[in-house]
Amino acid sequence: MTMTIDPQATELMKNAGITPRSELVAAIEADVNKIYYGDFLAVRDSHIAIEKGKITGFIGPSGCGKSTVLRSLNRMNDLIPIFRLEGSVTFLGQDIYAPNIDPVLVRRNIGMVFQQPNPFSMSIFENVAFGLRLNRYKGNVADKVEQSLRRAGLWEEVKDKLKQNGLSLSGGQQQRLCIARAIATDPTVLLMDEPCSALDPIATRVVEELMLELKEDYTVAIVTHNMQQAQRVADTTAFFSVDISKGGRTGFLVETGPTKELFSNPKQELTRNYLAGEFS
Amino acid sequence: MSDATAIRSGVPDLTRKPGERRALTDKAFTTFLWVMAVIASVPLFSVLYMLIAKGGGKISLSLFTELPPAGFALDGSGGIGNAIIGTLVMVGIASLISIPVGVLGGLVLGLIAPDSILAKTTRFIAKMLTGFPSILAGVFVYAALVIVMKTYSAVAGGIGLSVLMLPTIILTAEQAVRMVPQRMKDAAIGMGCTPTQTIWKVVLPTAIPGILTGIMLAVAGAAGESAPLLFTALFSYYWMSSLFEPTASLSILIFNFSSMPFEAQIELAWTASLILVLIVLIFNILSRIVGRKRV
Repeated sequence: MTMTIDPQATELMKNAGITPRSELVAAIEADVNKIYYGDFLAVRDSHIAIEKGKITGFIGPSGCGKSTVLRSLNRMNDLIPIFRLEGSVTFLGQDIYAPNIDPVLVRRNIGMVFQQPNPFSMSIFENVAFGLRLNRYKGNVADKVEQSLRRAGLWEEVKDKLKQNGLSLSGGQQQRLCIARAIATDPTVLLMDEPCSALDPIATRVVEELMLELKEDYTVAIVTHNMQQAQRVADTTAFFSVDISKGGRTGFLVETGPTKELFSNPKQELTRNYLAGEFS
Repeated sequence: MSDATAIRSGVPDLTRKPGERRALTDKAFTTFLWVMAVIASVPLFSVLYMLIAKGGGKISLSLFTELPPAGFALDGSGGIGNAIIGTLVMVGIASLISIPVGVLGGLVLGLIAPDSILAKTTRFIAKMLTGFPSILAGVFVYAALVIVMKTYSAVAGGIGLSVLMLPTIILTAEQAVRMVPQRMKDAAIGMGCTPTQTIWKVVLPTAIPGILTGIMLAVAGAAGESAPLLFTALFSYYWMSSLFEPTASLSILIFNFSSMPFEAQIELAWTASLILVLIVLIFNILSRIVGRKRV
């Protein structure tokens, strides 16, 4: 609510040579100092900004905490009772871990697409309409469902069988259905946790093209195991690594930068080694 | 080395050799299994055959619309209408009690607090109650309700049956709720569902086929019960006029009439048995149909 943007004020500030905060700030600013699961330190020192209208890719080896960080951006980790976060995650100026914040409302504004396609056991139409009904959408639900399915590139394939169960679709179609479901409510940010890992290369390509189209309207953060995928879709890439020095396996952010730069000219030794191992 | 080459050289022989020991044992076992399966189905089919042969002849409209004959009825008239209604009403009362309690209990056990002490205790007792002697359910309701109300009644009968239905419904509902994949619940929460919305909009609709299967099985079981009704609903020769009076049921009618010296009553008992089996069968088939809808 602090982010009411007054276009006039914005204009004034621009004229004065000041970049207005509304344009400057990232959609999400994660200042993760530590994430614990019980006594286990899962992630440390990861400060990362998810910029508006861009795709931010999270890459790194297994267990580096990239999914953990992503899932803490919309408080999905709240489902794990022993989860504890030190630091803050700021979404459009509000700390979503503040005590007065309702995690349900956070999740309605920050959508999520999961690793495994997870449509509900209901019709294709109802799957997409689910969030609309949840938010008591005032407009025409059918129009919005069609629009969302079109944007997810699924409309042509399912328009004649909207009443069929969502689970009857193929894996790639299910994932696009989940994306349609997630974007139907127009979330500000879309988090994607390895959305293509259960898909074949063709379905993966379809979903990647979809992401590139989506970023015109949404801010996207995506975790991926696939370096090529990060290079294909991400504007900014964040590289995470694992620190096993203290006996545990603690993930941390090594560096973040524009994707081209990070891949061609990484600043950190760790990143260089990882990329070399990956590509040589 | 020479062995290996000996085996590998040439084309392996893949033809069938029916006289070989392996093939013979296989045949023997298959035959044995078939014989056992046939033996196992002999009692089932002979029961059905006897019921149809002895009770099938009397099925007519008057069977459903008339009261049982009080004593001699040499013309073979009379029906079991009040017993059919009594069974349906008492199973209905039992369902009204045990379905909401059982399904919500199953939700607690399977989803809301599966590891709490309450859930563990409830689960243990429910499992124990599935093997509970049904006559004790009747005795319990007799002591708790019939003595207090000073009358046998359909309500007491229904409560007696609900004691037997409850554990089945709780345990199947728990299983059905557990079968809902975690990723579906994650999706619901990720969409911004509150825990209550997650349960009502996603978990229950997904689990409903399994829950319905359990309900149908419990209903079928309750419809066929006689022991709990013996002490609670007793029997009646008249149409039911209130829920608080002794009430007829098919199972007690069979029990009473089969030991009577009158041909008409014995025939009615056979027919009532057939009707009862058909009711149970219908609910069993319904449970298979609703259970199959799972995706």
